[in-house]
Amino acid sequence: MMKKVKCECGHINHEGTVLCEACGKPIEGNQHIDGNDQNKLLNMRYDGSARRSQTYKRTFIDKTWAFFSSVKVGVWLIALALIASAIGTIYPQYMNANTPIPANQYYEQEYGITGQIFYQLGFHELYSSWWFIILIALIGISLVICSIDRVVPLHRALKNQKPKRHEIFVKRQRFFAETENVNQSERKTLIENLKKRRYKITEQDGHIMAEKNRFSRWGPYVNHIGLIIILLAAILRMFPFMYDEGYVWVREGETREVPTTNGEYYIENEKFVYETWDRHDDRFQEALKNEEFDVPSNFQTNAVVYKAKEEVVTGQLPEMEEVKRHEIRLNEPLNVDSYKIYQSGTQLRSEYGRITLSVNNEDGSSLGSFGFLPNNNKREYELNDGYIAYIDSYYPELEFTEEGPSSSSKHPRNPGFVFEVHNPNGDVEGRYFYLGEQIIPLSDDSVYNVDVEDTELITATGLLVQKDHSLIYFLIGAMIFMVGVAQGLYWHHRRVWIHPKEDGSLLIAGHTNKNWYGLKEDIRQAMSDTSLNLVKDQQEKL
Amino acid sequence: MDYHAISSNFLYAAFVLYLIATIFFGATMGNKRTENVKSKAAAIGISVTILGFISHLVAFIVRWIASGHAPIGNMFEFISFFGMMMVFGFIVIYFIYRETTVGLFALPIAVLIIGYGSMFPTEISPLVPSLQSNWLYIHVTTAALGEAILAISFVAGLVYLIKKIDQTSTSKHTTWLEIVLFLLITTLAFIIVTITFNTTGYESTFTKEVAEQETEITYHMPILIEPNDAELVTDGVFTTGFEAPKWMQGEDAGKKLNTLVWSLLVGLGLYGIIRLIVRKRVAAAIQPKLDNVNLEKVDEIMYRAVAIGFPIFTLGALIFAAIWAQEAWGRFWGWDPKEVWALVTWLFYAVFLHLRLGAGWHGEKSAWLAVIGFAIIMMNLIVVNLVIAGIHSYA
Ligand code: HEM
Repeated sequence: MMKKVKCECGHINHEGTVLCEACGKPIEGNQHIDGNDQNKLLNMRYDGSARRSQTYKRTFIDKTWAFFSSVKVGVWLIALALIASAIGTIYPQYMNANTPIPANQYYEQEYGITGQIFYQLGFHELYSSWWFIILIALIGISLVICSIDRVVPLHRALKNQKPKRHEIFVKRQRFFAETENVNQSERKTLIENLKKRRYKITEQDGHIMAEKNRFSRWGPYVNHIGLIIILLAAILRMFPFMYDEGYVWVREGETREVPTTNGEYYIENEKFVYETWDRHDDRFQEALKNEEFDVPSNFQTNAVVYKAKEEVVTGQLPEMEEVKRHEIRLNEPLNVDSYKIYQSGTQLRSEYGRITLSVNNEDGSSLGSFGFLPNNNKREYELNDGYIAYIDSYYPELEFTEEGPSSSSKHPRNPGFVFEVHNPNGDVEGRYFYLGEQIIPLSDDSVYNVDVEDTELITATGLLVQKDHSLIYFLIGAMIFMVGVAQGLYWHHRRVWIHPKEDGSLLIAGHTNKNWYGLKEDIRQAMSDTSLNLVKDQQEKL
Repeated sequence: MDYHAISSNFLYAAFVLYLIATIFFGATMGNKRTENVKSKAAAIGISVTILGFISHLVAFIVRWIASGHAPIGNMFEFISFFGMMMVFGFIVIYFIYRETTVGLFALPIAVLIIGYGSMFPTEISPLVPSLQSNWLYIHVTTAALGEAILAISFVAGLVYLIKKIDQTSTSKHTTWLEIVLFLLITTLAFIIVTITFNTTGYESTFTKEVAEQETEITYHMPILIEPNDAELVTDGVFTTGFEAPKWMQGEDAGKKLNTLVWSLLVGLGLYGIIRLIVRKRVAAAIQPKLDNVNLEKVDEIMYRAVAIGFPIFTLGALIFAAIWAQEAWGRFWGWDPKEVWALVTWLFYAVFLHLRLGAGWHGEKSAWLAVIGFAIIMMNLIVVNLVIAGIHSYA
């Protein structure tokens, strides 16, 4: 059961209140909470309102609450996250290292003993390690609890405050001055001047409170709400309905399913454009002179997106319609539906798209030519006069093993194929092996001369496909954070109390949550045409 | 004259104007001068500063015209821009607080930083595709502005410490303060060493096997530290024979270490000479000049700079950076070293604010934090770029 504390002014305060919410008189027995019993000046933190964390310290829940609402604990958590993050950059994170070597060998091999330690302590995957994530989660919990612990009582105290303050409260403010025998007109001038400086004036029995920018007190809580939203967004992002990602390599001329769309969308790479900066460009020639390799200026996929019109039969392209054309570049992704498709990788001219061979008779006359398409299953290519070239076997990435030729992948990076020339009757008139851009006749009776006329290399583009519905929440969180920080840091809550005494003297006190210099300027200027004593800073000098 | 040269000349003019302004701010120090002389000197000082800033801005714009993209794409350009923003930050703070002492320290430090940046290649280089985005400009300019204003907080912190720390006896505090000053002097030493050996045209070459290929490494400073496992091919040059340790990464590791050792040695020399002349700690020698400085005002400036710089930094280095990374690579956050250090900086200044507002860390403690904050920013600017290269690597 909460015990209430009644102040002599009549206001009823919550248990644990340090300064009466209405008149500010220190409440006896609670002064140790904010250290007021030892100090001349009142501690004005949260206006002396009752905070749960400072009031109840008995049960486990109380203690947990008090732990997480402490700024000291918050600062330690932030500091730990900071130090850990920094250590994590000493060597590359494994995910960014781009190496085929397993992590347990990579760090020792590359960086020696210190690398080994880095790996052993788990810093190679720091940012997804359980303890780092727990640390961030603790910061989140701390943010929520510490904000609730303060915002509610602070709000109550500011709402209940009265212009008429207890004399002790006024005298124990950091800015304070007393002037004797003040006449009415000077008092008026002061108030008018404060009004001009956009202070809101409230009055009670001749006591004045001038206040401005109270809203800035909510700044920290607003910014922490922003941070909490960002942390929540990060949690949401772990669910596939919020965030999904895929990667696909598409060769020039090829059409492939867009991953993560369940066969709804297909993408064609019509052409890949790779450009480099001109070494003779007037602007850049000085810099480019020293570059060993050409500096790229553009990676671009000319892409066409199709939408399937019918149910998809696996392994086959469905009937589809074009929905979008776009030149995908770095910094210029393609948007379709809720998907974004990014230019992400390239295998520049790494695969053969067409190999053109010409077949000639012994006398040099031509029997025609044909263009072998490595990415096509076509086996027969027509030559002149009813002759054909027949592809007998094909190895996209040719290598020789003990069992003879074989292929190490299905990508035509180093294609080899065996083909025959058939006459119109179907008789084999020659057998040849194409490998490494050369032709080797396989039978002695091969009557034709076959030459490589042309080879065409194609580029495969690597596209990152992403659906991310969480982005907007990150953005909202970030914006709220910015608003809160600006609110708290660019405006300051300032109050001036004007307290008349029976004997005709006037007590003036001022308080601000930050920027005392600015408050002093405000008061100085408001007093400029009066003979009032300027408030003194009662705090000991730094 | 081409644009590039015009831009360089304006930058040079800015450099000189900043130094002149420093002298005028210096004239406002001390007890003996009358208020009238002081205010005149201050007025001239700030005017010359603004003139220098305009000249710097012109250099920036002309270079932009010349290259067709905002000149913030390599180390030289970025550091120069950072220096310009630092001067801008000082001008803003000056008009709020009218504190000439901050100018006396901010301008020479800005000059040091710009000078440091000018030691990197200054040719205009083209932008690689990932950098061709308006978000790059927005991100880099706001991040640099935020960092520069945070750097003003360091300047105020430094003034605070020089004035405040008890110099009558040696303590941890006096030692650390001397180290900070020594590092500033070492930056100057780096500039002097680089320019000196560039004008004498020193060169020596090593060959080293990197990834099974013979690579040439050219030194522009006499050899104190050789690259690890490399062969000196230039005849008849002096070498100490010391090698860079094996664990240092990158083919240029030896060269960078050589430069660092040179800078430290010459820095030590300079520091030693100063100590011989003044016959006390450097900070102790400066301290009496700051007799009239109002510590509370300086403390306020230190906090104010963080209060202004922190949100701008957040916007530029985290929010805009994330938007750009999302646009360019489809990942708004990738734990790249540069990103992590932006986060570290951000968290650090959050700690600064929490300690100040929540735990009442004012004055000296706060000032030390401001110094550490600046060290983190420099860490991000220099060490991360030059040593822990990530996708942002400029050099
Ligand atoms: C990385 C995370 C955090 C950031 C960036 C952050 C940022 C800030 C900033 C900028 C302020 C000052 C705003 C102002 O006074 O106008 C502030 C105030 C505050 N923060 Fe945080 N905060 C973070 C985490 C936390 C945590 C974990 C706690 C929990 C203990 C916390 C507790 C507070 C409190 C109590 C204040 C108010 C201080 C006062 O005015 O007396 N913050 N925070």
